[in-house]
Amino acid sequence: MSEVQQLSTAPFDPRFPNQNQTRHCYSSYVDYHRCIRKKGEDYPACEYFRKAYRSLCPNSWIEKWNDQMEAGTFPGKI
Amino acid sequence: MSTWSQLSFQDSASPLMEELIMFHDHAMLVLTLVTTLVGYIILTMFSNKFIDRFLLEGHLIEVIWTVIPAFLLIFIALPSLHLLYLLDEYDNPSLTIKSMGHQWYWSYEYSDFLDIEFDSYMIPSKDLEDNQFRLIEVDNRMIVPMNTYVRILVSSTDVIHSWTVPALSVKADAIPGRLNQLTFLVNRPGLFFGQCSEICGANHSFMPIVVESISMNSFLNWINNFE
Ligand SMILES: [Cu+2]
Repeated sequence: MSEVQQLSTAPFDPRFPNQNQTRHCYSSYVDYHRCIRKKGEDYPACEYFRKAYRSLCPNSWIEKWNDQMEAGTFPGKI
Repeated sequence: MSTWSQLSFQDSASPLMEELIMFHDHAMLVLTLVTTLVGYIILTMFSNKFIDRFLLEGHLIEVIWTVIPAFLLIFIALPSLHLLYLLDEYDNPSLTIKSMGHQWYWSYEYSDFLDIEFDSYMIPSKDLEDNQFRLIEVDNRMIVPMNTYVRILVSSTDVIHSWTVPALSVKADAIPGRLNQLTFLVNRPGLFFGQCSEICGANHSFMPIVVESISMNSFLNWINNFE
């Protein structure tokens, strides 16, 4: 595993200036899946959204949404 | 942390808490001055022998006791608003930590890099070492690098809890299905304590929060060596 040398995380997003960051997490997750559906898994620009939703969403939410994605029951528009 | 018979705030460990303490002291000073002045006037009024010949007319005194309080209020309101907007402001954070409340412990997720996730339980009194504090020590502390902007996202998996560290001037409710954001910067190394602040069930009093602030190098060392 590669050594972590420097810290970086999802930056401030002017769409979500509030204390409530729920939608910041959700739209990063949806944006990532839209991105890879359009450009494919390996498209480097999608990495930004992946990092953002991994940083912002609780692991239990990600797990739940991934299960829904697999079952085709995810309510968001991908 | 709080100590026996402590009346005021805990020692601050972040610039914003420093500002909050300054504002508190400023407001207390104004309050003391007003109380002393009014108390003095009340006492002299009771103990003098004047009669109320001018009771219904006194424009000058009306103007004085309207204008002075107005200025006093401005002197409190301006720094208060200044601080309110300062607390709302934040730079781009360097680190995001998710703090999830559970019945009855906290768990922390560091997923900016590798996937670090651990639970933080209170150490029961019978397992305490001689140098540890009762009901506030945890087995796995939340580690943060000092002098770095940290974003904490607080949420819950069951009922409402509340995550707080008074020395860093942060508190937010942990609500299932919602992410509440807090940001802080710790300006010195050390241990900072807090306790769940929303009645969440039988063991509400036994889910403390401990933040350990260390240097950036030690922090990188810690994440790289996390099993
Ligand atoms: Cu609680």
